[in-house]
Amino acid sequence: MLQVENLTVYYKTIRGYVQALEKATFTIADGEIMGLAGESGCGKTTLGHSLIYLRPPMNYIGGRVVLDGRELPIWDMEKMQEFRYRHISLIPQYAMNALNPTRKIGKMVAELLESRGVSYSEILPELKRRLDLVQLTQDVLKMYPIELSGGMKQRMVMVISTLLNPSLLIADEITSALDVSTQKAVCEMLVEFRDRGFVKSTIIITHDISILYQIADSIMVMYAGQLSEKAPTEVVFQDPRHPYTRMLIGSLPKVGVRYQEERLRGIPGSPPQLLNPPPGCRFRDRCPVAFGRCTEVPPFLEISPGHSVACWRAF
Amino acid sequence: MLSLERVTKVYRLGAFGLQKLIAIRDVSFEIGEREIVSLIGESGSGKSTIGKLILRLTPITSGTIRFEGTDVSTLNGLSLKEYYRRVQGVFQDPFASFNPIFKADRVFRMVRDEFYPQVGMREWNEKVEGALRAVGLNPPDVLNKFPHQLSGGQLQRFLVARALLLDIRLLIADEIISMLDASTRVDVLNLLADLKARGLSILFITHDLSLGYYISERAIILYRGRIAEMGPTDKIYNRPLHPYTEMLMESVPRLDRKWEEEVRIERKAALTGSVPGGCVYADRCPKAMDICTREEPELKEAETGHFVACWAR
Amino acid sequence: MEQEQPKKVRSEFIFFAWRSAKLRIGVSILLVFVVFAVVGPFLVKYDPYEYSGPMGAPPSREHWFGTTIFGQDVFSQFALGTRSTLTVGLLGGCIGTMVGILVGLLGGYRSGMLDEFLNVITNIILIIPTLAVLIIIAAYLEVRGILTQSLFIGLTAWPWAARAIRAQTFSLRVREFVDLARITGRSSLRIVLTEIAPNMMSYLLLVFILQFGGAVLNAATLDFIGLGPTKGVSLGLIMNNAVLWAALQLGMWWWLLPPGAAIAAIVGALYITNVGLDEIFNPKLREM
Repeated sequence: MLQVENLTVYYKTIRGYVQALEKATFTIADGEIMGLAGESGCGKTTLGHSLIYLRPPMNYIGGRVVLDGRELPIWDMEKMQEFRYRHISLIPQYAMNALNPTRKIGKMVAELLESRGVSYSEILPELKRRLDLVQLTQDVLKMYPIELSGGMKQRMVMVISTLLNPSLLIADEITSALDVSTQKAVCEMLVEFRDRGFVKSTIIITHDISILYQIADSIMVMYAGQLSEKAPTEVVFQDPRHPYTRMLIGSLPKVGVRYQEERLRGIPGSPPQLLNPPPGCRFRDRCPVAFGRCTEVPPFLEISPGHSVACWRAF
Repeated sequence: MLSLERVTKVYRLGAFGLQKLIAIRDVSFEIGEREIVSLIGESGSGKSTIGKLILRLTPITSGTIRFEGTDVSTLNGLSLKEYYRRVQGVFQDPFASFNPIFKADRVFRMVRDEFYPQVGMREWNEKVEGALRAVGLNPPDVLNKFPHQLSGGQLQRFLVARALLLDIRLLIADEIISMLDASTRVDVLNLLADLKARGLSILFITHDLSLGYYISERAIILYRGRIAEMGPTDKIYNRPLHPYTEMLMESVPRLDRKWEEEVRIERKAALTGSVPGGCVYADRCPKAMDICTREEPELKEAETGHFVACWAR
Repeated sequence: MEQEQPKKVRSEFIFFAWRSAKLRIGVSILLVFVVFAVVGPFLVKYDPYEYSGPMGAPPSREHWFGTTIFGQDVFSQFALGTRSTLTVGLLGGCIGTMVGILVGLLGGYRSGMLDEFLNVITNIILIIPTLAVLIIIAAYLEVRGILTQSLFIGLTAWPWAARAIRAQTFSLRVREFVDLARITGRSSLRIVLTEIAPNMMSYLLLVFILQFGGAVLNAATLDFIGLGPTKGVSLGLIMNNAVLWAALQLGMWWWLLPPGAAIAAIVGALYITNVGLDEIFNPKLREM
């Protein structure tokens, strides 16, 4: 179970601090797959990475992160070593391209495990079981990355990342470079890992909301560094309370909707600069229902069980 | 207006070009007036190659592309320029489409230099502003800026405005919104649809099925360089005939229904390499028969306007 | 997914240029030598070949760098030699860079048979041991001038530049803005000149600096083994004479040290400048 309170992370640049993540507060229960959705610059990657790898130019400004009752020293790169890979694991974007091309897969895994103080030979039976689960043959361990297809590499990366049964798995855009059928297989694998208890909580960072519709239990929408809304998936699609969420969902083309029948609308304007963001709710300038109070940052409040919103209009 | 007749493109790779990569093979289709046609395929399907071939950015290996009756490969110099007056393209990466060391407006200046050298500055500026407004941009907001000062959505519209400065009949839109944010995608999409109302035809190349459904009347499904299925959009989406199309419709994450629990099993795909003979989809197709591995199916009309290349149909 | 593009704001460039210690050091050292090359010969009191002083004398007020074993003023030789060495470096570097650019741009933009052909030539010249060829050519010619030396150095040094430029051109050619220029009906030549070359400016500068340094080294080497220009004086030639007449063994360090140190300093400064500039142009290399 993950509890985050007021997590604030800024990027240090020569022109000052870019306020990338502002007072994020949320909870993910055990067994919950939460999708983290939002457009570029919304802070979802910052949030995902700060939980496990907060290093320059990211700067920890404030907040608490508690995993399974233990507070994580995310500001201390060295102290976090104890938690990385064992309790929190990250599948970064393009991970499948980052496999060392000169190492056989098995050797790479062994080296990775040894560096974490885990014996490769002890964990090998479990590794083999997991490979079977994702329909990879055990010969894969003797191959070089170049011999595998994109989908196979991605599945391999997923197995490696979850080998020690982390409490929290962060998956950063893991489906973006895959073809459609592999994408589906990888998504279903995430669900399977959760169902079998390999992973307790999962955060899926993606810009493709339709994937979240398929496999996420809940979706958290972010905008310009602030949390907009978090709710169970069905609720986000059927009864979104934040104007941004509403407009975002409303702008998604889906099969069944033709231009001639229903003209979808986008959100005019663009997100604010985060170097000196406007005070209050950062969606204010593009919001059709903004009013005076919006110059004050709305708190992220729970308006019904599991459904939190940060909008004065929604309270 | 535009027709492709048995077009094939083979890339030569390696030292002295000894290795061959067959990007597309025997592709034939047509685009008529005031039509938006979606060309749908995953990576490796050859869809971008078709866009490049139509825009004469790379030569055809065999087959013919005709625009208003004329064989496009015979055009050169002046006649090629005339062709570009009628056919233009917008590409996937808005930031890569602009030379980063120059201001964004330079693309307009280039059009003037090449096509309208005799037009006066004032008249030209009015024309530019008109085009910008037609794509929903406010001229003072976007003129005189560097590409990195504008957003991806603005840049893509910029490029559409550039195409409108010429009197184009056909626009090749190659994945133009895949790099845009969700909230701006729809606006650019709507823009394309509006342009069709003004008499433009568009070849909309994409890998995203829902976009194709939203905007086009006809869809072409491309797999590994061959057309698998082609026809009216709603038929393709709601009653697909080709096993690959069926797989696509089922596997693509959609917003109107969830993935089904019971899924037809697709055979494990072969890793890489060229297909020896027979249907390109045979190694993954659940309906594959003996003939599928030996002979390649031709595109046949299964019902009016709906074509499919499959032995099982 | 929108990407955030690196900002190439001019003020940011100057900021990093100023901050870069490597650039400051490299450029300063170079400037010192360039100024000296221009101004130095005017400060010279004696003709470099004149037997103007006591034989083998250490530095004194009369002869700032002492004298050679024949009593020639080392400083005079040094001042004129620096000018000559830098000139050869500049000329040779220019020739090498220009040929490299020509071949690289041509081959990189127009692939196909022309590119294959240019590639083969580049590779052949690349493999030929430069120094051996230069020695042979130089030994063959009876009269050698600075221009000839620069020419030959330049004509043997261009292959690596051509290769690097070709690779750069290749990568730029497939960028979408080049495609856009093509569908605007621009001619290939115009595209190369107005779209591709400007994007490579920083890279071309780096190539030139390295060619300059290489030319200086090559010239010094040739001079050192006695195959330099038949007339005139250069740093390598001074060193040649010094070693020939056993300067070190006789303890005449002032004869050998200045030219050697100068060559090392010039070439070293060029390389440091190169690294510094690379860091500026390529934001990813910057230490933040």
